Amino acid sequence: MFRPSHFAAVVLFALFASVVFGITQRDTPPKMVRYGLYCFVLFVGSAIALSWLMFLVAR
Amino acid sequence: MANPQEKKNQTEGGFIYLPLIAGWLVPGAGHFLLRKWGRGALLSASILGMFGTGLAMDGQIHTGAHDILDMLSMAGDLGTGILYLLSRVMGWGTTLVQVTTGDWGSRFIVVAGLLNVISAVDAHNLRTGRKA
Repeated sequence: MFRPSHFAAVVLFALFASVVFGITQRDTPPKMVRYGLYCFVLFVGSAIALSWLMFLVAR
Repeated sequence: MANPQEKKNQTEGGFIYLPLIAGWLVPGAGHFLLRKWGRGALLSASILGMFGTGLAMDGQIHTGAHDILDMLSMAGDLGTGILYLLSRVMGWGTTLVQVTTGDWGSRFIVVAGLLNVISAVDAHNLRTGRKA
């Protein structure tokens, strides 16, 4: 069975979802790549930011 | 007024909803039908990857609706099309969720279904000429 860490799961989720968002939400390949990267960074970045926020709130 | 791409697609013969239905049943098939090989392959790999990762993490496939959350999760699972039927037949995703990764896996499977629906609708938009 596959037991990834929480961060690895976030990265995998972001990767798969960003590819689909990039292809389906933009018309041309360069725009698709740019939007896919943008979504990936937002997914992973927001997970890291929220994790720090929860860590600081829980202290 | 319809643009040239739209006109071209409208004059193409065949069942207009075929890419939508094929795309829902088999991830990426809608794009393959429209000869968008690269997009289809990437969509297929992503959706199958998401679904497979979910199963590998001991995620659960929802088979019945006991409450509103189960109902929504089952609707998401149904989005995977033939993968859902295959899972039911083969008995995949039937283990009880007892570990955290199993819960994440269930979410991966639901989201794979939702991404597949988005992908099928994109294939339909390409077919009708709404998207280039």
